[in-house]
Parts: sequence; structure tokens; C-alpha cells
Amino acid sequence: MNFKASLEKAADFFSVNKPTGHFWYQRVTAAALVPLSIWLLLLLNKALHAPYAETVDWLAAPFNTLAILGWIAAAIYHAALGVQVVIEDYVSDIPVRHLAIRVTNLVFLFLGVAAMLAIIVILLAR
Amino acid sequence: MAANNRPLSPHLQVYRLPLTGLISITHRITGVLLSLGLMLFVYVLFAIASGEGAYLAMQSFMSFWLFKLAYWGFIYALFFHLCHGIRHLVWDVGKTFDRAKLDQYAVYELIASAALTLIAFIVS
Repeated sequence: MNFKASLEKAADFFSVNKPTGHFWYQRVTAAALVPLSIWLLLLLNKALHAPYAETVDWLAAPFNTLAILGWIAAAIYHAALGVQVVIEDYVSDIPVRHLAIRVTNLVFLFLGVAAMLAIIVILLAR
Repeated sequence: MAANNRPLSPHLQVYRLPLTGLISITHRITGVLLSLGLMLFVYVLFAIASGEGAYLAMQSFMSFWLFKLAYWGFIYALFFHLCHGIRHLVWDVGKTFDRAKLDQYAVYELIASAALTLIAFIVS
């Protein structure tokens, strides 16, 4: 049996680092963000102007919760991919570039987890 | 000293950019600004999660003119990035690359992003 070949096949199947992966995920998240951004605007408009209970009730409606969680996931991933390209274009020193990309990825991961945690806290405290 | 003579991209000061080029770099700048704006978004969510007192403090904080300006800048950046992003998706399927269409769609984008921001401002 050729273990190396099957291992490579498995690695290929589970990897998101396919040569076209970055391009493809940038587009998929972009397409998702077109409709989902409507919910972002609705949430921000409520949060800046509406009474507290109204905003919380709006956020607790299942479809709104789902759309906002979807927006967070898509926006965070889209932003991380986009900033990666900017870093790749302007940071020419390879080790510094890779460090910068890893650090920004961690920051975006942290922001995404923080945002989702906030949503959970809002729903549980209601 | 070994000078790094590899070309840097994209050049911004060397050429007079055509409209598509200006919009392209604006797309990138708005993308970075929107990424920074994510921090503001998380701040708003945390204010809601922290209860009514923090929520009201956030609302009064965000009603200060400077933050209002930043907020509407964020909204405009969002609409601009959205409109040009849609054109990137159109480009991805290989359409609208001829010179006349490039300029025509660039103008449509600018009008659409300004109009959407104005509509959002009026209904807010």
C-alpha cells in the first residue's frame, strides 16, 4: 500500500490551503456579506438610537441572531483574508510578513470570538 | 549593503491613476478601515451585553459629533466596498473589462454608494 499517496490525498482533502483557497473563500464570504450586511445596518441603527429592550428583543429574534452570527463569521474571515493580501503587498521581508499575518489572524480570531461571546451573553441575560 | 530592488506593489505616487485605479485603491483603503471598524462593532456589542447602563453610555458616546462622523464614514466605506466588491465578482466571471464599461461602471458605483449612504442616513 502506498501510505504516502493516501496521506497526501487526505491532507489535500482536509486542507484549506489549496492554491485557490484564499481566492475562493474571499469570494464566498463577499457574496454572503452582500445580503448579511443589511442585518448589520439594522442592528447598528437599533443600537445607536433605540431603547435598550428594543435592541435586545430585536437581537433575540432567531432569524436576526442567525444573520448577525453569520455576518460576524463572514466579515471576520473576509477581513482576515483581505488584510493578509495588503500585508503581502507592502511587507517585503518574508519572516516579518509571515509574523504580521499570523498576528493579524490572531487579532481577528479574538475579535470574532469576542463578538460571538457578546451575542451569547446578551441572549442568556435576557 | 544588499539593496532590495524587488518591485513594490501597487505604486501610488508614480502614475496619475485612472478612475478605475483610484477606485481600486479606495477599495483597499476602505477594506482596511472597515477591518478597524470591526473593533467599534465589538465595542457596541459589548455595550449591549453589559446591560442598560453601559448601553446608554455607549449611545451618548456615539452621539458625540466626532464619533457620529466616524460612524457615517464607516457606513459610506461599507457601501463603497460593497458596490466595488460586487463589481469584482462581475470581473471574476470575465465581464465588463472593456474601457468604456470600466469608466461607466465606476461612475455607477460612486453614485450608488453615495445614494445608499444618503438613504441610510434619511431612514436612520
